[in-house]
Amino acid sequence: MSLHDVTLVVNGRRHGAQVPARLTLVDFLRDVLRLTGTHVGCEHGVCGACSILLDGRPVRSCLLLAVQVDGAEIVTVEGLAPEPGTLSVLQDAFWETHALQCGFCTPGMLIAARALLAENPAPSDEEIREAIGGNLCRCTGYKQIVDAIRLAAERLRQSNEAGATEPGGDRVGAD
Amino acid sequence: MSAPIKPLGNFRYVAHKRRTKEDRRFIAGAGRYVADLALPGMLHVALVASPYPFARIVSIDAKAALAMPGVRAVLTGAELAQATEPLMSGLDIPKVRRYPLAIGLVRYVGEWVAAVVAETRALAEDAAELVEVEYEPLTPVVDPEAALAPEAPIVHPDHGSNVLFRRKFVWGPVEADFAAAEHRLSFRARWNRSSTVPIETFGVVGAWNPALQLLDIWASIQMPKYPDQLARALRLPGNAVRVHFDVDVGGSYGVKRGIKHTILVGYLAMRLGSPVRLIEDRLENMRGGDAQGPDRIFDMAVAFDGSGIIRSLKIRVLDDVGAHAGRSPLQLGKPIGAIVGPYRIGSVEYEAISVTTNKTPQEAVRGFGQAPANFALETAIDRVARHLGMDRIELRRLNLIRHEEFPYIIPSGSTYDSGDYHAVLDKVLAASGYADLLRRRDAARAAGGLAGIGIACCLEPSGGNSAFEPLFNPKNETTTWMEGCGIKIDLNGTITVSMGTSTSGQGHETLAATVVGEVLERDPDIIRVVHSDSLTALPSNSPVGSRMAIMLGGAAAGAANKLKASLTAIAAHNLGLAVDAVEYRGGDVVARHDPARRLGWDKIVEIAHRKFHQLPPGMEPGLQALHVLEVPTGGRLPTADGRVQMYPCYAFEAHVVYAEIDRVTGQVSLRKYVVGHDCGTMINPDIVHGMTYGGIAHGIGAALYERFSYDENGQLLSGSFMDYLMPSSHEVPDILIVDHCTPSPLTVFGQKGSGEAGYLGAPAAVAGAVNDALAPLGLWIANLPMSVGVLGELLATAESGK
Amino acid sequence: MKPANFDYACPRTVDEACRLLAGANGDGKIIAGGQTLVPLLAMRLARPALLIDINRIEALRGIEAHDRVVTVKACTRQADALKSDAIRAQLPLLAKALQFVGHPQTRNRGTVGGSLANADPAAEIGVAALALDCEIVARRPGSERTIPIGAFFQGTMSTALAAEECLTAIRFRASRDAGRIGTSFQEVSIRRSDFALVAAAVQLGLDAGGACRRIAISLGGIGEMPVRVAEEAATSLVGTRLAAADLAKAVAAIRDSLEPRADIHASADYRRRVAGALVERAIAEARDEALAGKG
Repeated sequence: MSLHDVTLVVNGRRHGAQVPARLTLVDFLRDVLRLTGTHVGCEHGVCGACSILLDGRPVRSCLLLAVQVDGAEIVTVEGLAPEPGTLSVLQDAFWETHALQCGFCTPGMLIAARALLAENPAPSDEEIREAIGGNLCRCTGYKQIVDAIRLAAERLRQSNEAGATEPGGDRVGAD
Repeated sequence: MSAPIKPLGNFRYVAHKRRTKEDRRFIAGAGRYVADLALPGMLHVALVASPYPFARIVSIDAKAALAMPGVRAVLTGAELAQATEPLMSGLDIPKVRRYPLAIGLVRYVGEWVAAVVAETRALAEDAAELVEVEYEPLTPVVDPEAALAPEAPIVHPDHGSNVLFRRKFVWGPVEADFAAAEHRLSFRARWNRSSTVPIETFGVVGAWNPALQLLDIWASIQMPKYPDQLARALRLPGNAVRVHFDVDVGGSYGVKRGIKHTILVGYLAMRLGSPVRLIEDRLENMRGGDAQGPDRIFDMAVAFDGSGIIRSLKIRVLDDVGAHAGRSPLQLGKPIGAIVGPYRIGSVEYEAISVTTNKTPQEAVRGFGQAPANFALETAIDRVARHLGMDRIELRRLNLIRHEEFPYIIPSGSTYDSGDYHAVLDKVLAASGYADLLRRRDAARAAGGLAGIGIACCLEPSGGNSAFEPLFNPKNETTTWMEGCGIKIDLNGTITVSMGTSTSGQGHETLAATVVGEVLERDPDIIRVVHSDSLTALPSNSPVGSRMAIMLGGAAAGAANKLKASLTAIAAHNLGLAVDAVEYRGGDVVARHDPARRLGWDKIVEIAHRKFHQLPPGMEPGLQALHVLEVPTGGRLPTADGRVQMYPCYAFEAHVVYAEIDRVTGQVSLRKYVVGHDCGTMINPDIVHGMTYGGIAHGIGAALYERFSYDENGQLLSGSFMDYLMPSSHEVPDILIVDHCTPSPLTVFGQKGSGEAGYLGAPAAVAGAVNDALAPLGLWIANLPMSVGVLGELLATAESGK
Repeated sequence: MKPANFDYACPRTVDEACRLLAGANGDGKIIAGGQTLVPLLAMRLARPALLIDINRIEALRGIEAHDRVVTVKACTRQADALKSDAIRAQLPLLAKALQFVGHPQTRNRGTVGGSLANADPAAEIGVAALALDCEIVARRPGSERTIPIGAFFQGTMSTALAAEECLTAIRFRASRDAGRIGTSFQEVSIRRSDFALVAAAVQLGLDAGGACRRIAISLGGIGEMPVRVAEEAATSLVGTRLAAADLAKAVAAIRDSLEPRADIHASADYRRRVAGALVERAIAEARDEALAGKG
């Protein structure tokens, strides 16, 4: 079968590759770009472990073909830290509240949370649960995850008053 | 009556909030799971699976598959059986044989018949479609009670019946107690098939190095004796297998015992001379991964007095293990260690029956059978209360073992180490605002709604011990259940701890670092914990049976104490003082009567590593220690009447749940969830709480949503996440945990295990809430899961009966 | 679960997409949001020879509103439809239904047109559309036609679209008397955001005196496709004040007329009973909304 050219930006870095049509985006990210932080849990669009940001919106990368994202900007969990070796406010909040155990659903949760906080800087617990409603976790029962996102929102609001930004230049809650 | 437990005092690190070390890599997306590994030349496996629940394999034609470019091999059961030993089962059932690939017969839909190996997974799947298998279908047996009938199809014909295990235990004067009791009641309860279903499927990579004659294995594994069983199956010396335990496991909760996958991959790696990888896709996992859970029919009888005192129990449990034995018949044995739950019940009859049917085999599931047992027992308690018109809490108070009665020996031979069940119950009732909940419930009912409160008091036996093995198979005389830990302090004075098994989210690195830090009085955050591989590891029995806080904690503390003694001895020797004239403080050693005379950590370390002339005579150079621990109270075989000490330490949980049910749709909403939890000293509170929240989520799933449904033809109807429904953030309510601490006298810090917390009591609690809600309608449901469809039907029949 | 091989094309115009579809001789499949199709590809239940990606066709994006006609182009993302002021203002029933559709991530890719073309009997967008006055715009190479929504769904996952036709837009006619309109969307699913076991959509209009002038009721999860409740059952409510007694009678008749299907999650009886309850709840909610003048 034929190969297709794709060029895309992932975590701020430009990549070009030739991919078979049937290669999913999650397999492309993991096996071709070797960004293994995004995980495969079900391959049929239910568990959310494969979540990434596509042009700023959270989507299931197991339900996209690599060939479909030519020209797109993608952010994965590896792109959430402001600098290599550091942690974003959101990531640090997950650590503080122990919002994970095995870590397998965590990248997807972080992506869903990141998207929520970019749009809604003061979410209610109900809104937090709605934002992660499409991400399954079998370890935590969700409570410490909700706690983390609430904590991150609070810390971002405080630092926003001081003029901080999240990676990617997004000003949380602005505009 | 025993002496009061001495409080263990304040800890420096243990029981304090501390960030979990492991979290740091996971939040960065830097975990290292088995599917993240890419070895050069790695080949990929896809499985050909049976579409029939029971059939003879007539022929397998792989020619077309092998002709496809990129395909390297197609393996059948016949070839594999020649080259490997069958999988082990704990029972004495030599005619029930199991190999990774079916031979002669397929026994369940999804059973693996052939393995295709290709350069990519996609190619392997393409080729798998071209493998032609001819079957001669046979009549399957799908219902476990039908499987007992003499005319039933027999899943393992050579074994002669579908019964893998059957034994009736009688502990105490059961018949006399039943005759003497004022009341008796009996009922049936059904725990249908669900499992803990981790989001990461099972996966394994194997690579054979002929120059070293060594098979390297990386796997998403949680299994005792895994390297040993693998070596044995592949007919390799034990030290020709190296399992890498530093692979991060994406959740297991018992089920990741992929020994069949690993034998398959190991064999292929050796045969093909290339690394081989098998990562289950979700469809393979759900039906062919052999990781389904208990599937039980309980027939219960209770004898009790009008005062509410429960005299005796009769439990008959039939467990449908599916098509192969696996570990699961033994899951009928573990609950024997807590067969009366937290209650003072004088005699018990327990009949355990394990049967085969043409369904996917079960695997060890979180709690190893305790959650279904607790559900049956708590249902019995609630039924007694309703029968007597007695308050469910008062009935429990009356029968709960009292604090003064510990250590308490139950009829089946286990001693409960410690507990204060009444205190925990009081705490949870207060924290839940029980009186307000009652008002809220009654107001909802007055407004025409269905509302109920569930109460469940359950035990979590912890510490692990395979005493159920000799109990269920007297030929298997085994009593060792150990864990080891090694520690070294290097020339730079930094501490490295080695543990010998994998971790699937329980925070073992943090656990071990905290324990070692506590004993050596050094900051846990800078103590490194590494996972050894199976060649360098000390013996381990893996994180099963809620054992690691007790066993890894105990082994780490033991090794740390040895190091502390060495450090103290070196310092004393160099200060010219007797060992009892000095004191270890924070890693330095000071003279008791003159603190100015001291030797600091760095100096002591330097002497140990570089100044042999300054060591006490007879002491080994360097600073390293290891400790291997047998499970406390272990080491004894069962008695002839089946009495044995099962696990050593007993944690306790009391759940209070408030639920509302929509009368028409049958949807259950959990509006409030409070749990009182006593696992003794919590080494890391966030980790313990996390597992409790997660356990409750698992329990909610089992109670309301999750089921491996089979039709009457043995077809699995819920084989993907579209139909096997797990709770999301919408279905798990906010949960309040109220902690209590009754330390165990058996462990170094008084810690008990807690890895199964929440799961062991939540299904009982949710069932209790639903039944309380249905009480005004005179209805009772003792069948899990209590799904929307099932409750809807039940409510409709009540409605039409009016 | 890797898909079987297929060829891939990414046309830039609708006509090109239609030509590709026609040229594939029944072995081509359009991919829009992919939220339903890709799982089928992964499970190898769908095995097209050619996948035609319509996500880059400009003409298929956007929502236009002129003169009470709201045109939703086929590839409008469900998330965008959910945020659309035009839909919220002029098609409140659709706006309500969209809240029940999937999860944030699926709404960011799933499309309005894709949901309709897929025709799952329980899909919320289809149920709402059926209760609204709308038509499907379909193109084939060289020509275009409209299909009234009432004729669009033909069976389980089956529509009136011909093999070489592409759904390009849905044209809704917003109700004229906005002041006395009431809408309601009710759903029962096992977990929040699951596909509906049963869904009910109601749009009604009251006259100045508060009596029902028009009412449209549709149901999902009941049969092979979303169903519009028969005119006779609906017209029995016209002229009444939709009081409890009026509802009880009509709802009983509607309920008894249904022949729902069963599956592992719910029996036919369950669906019938719940359908009755949801219709009753939906009518009551829509009535109250209309009376409050908030429609």
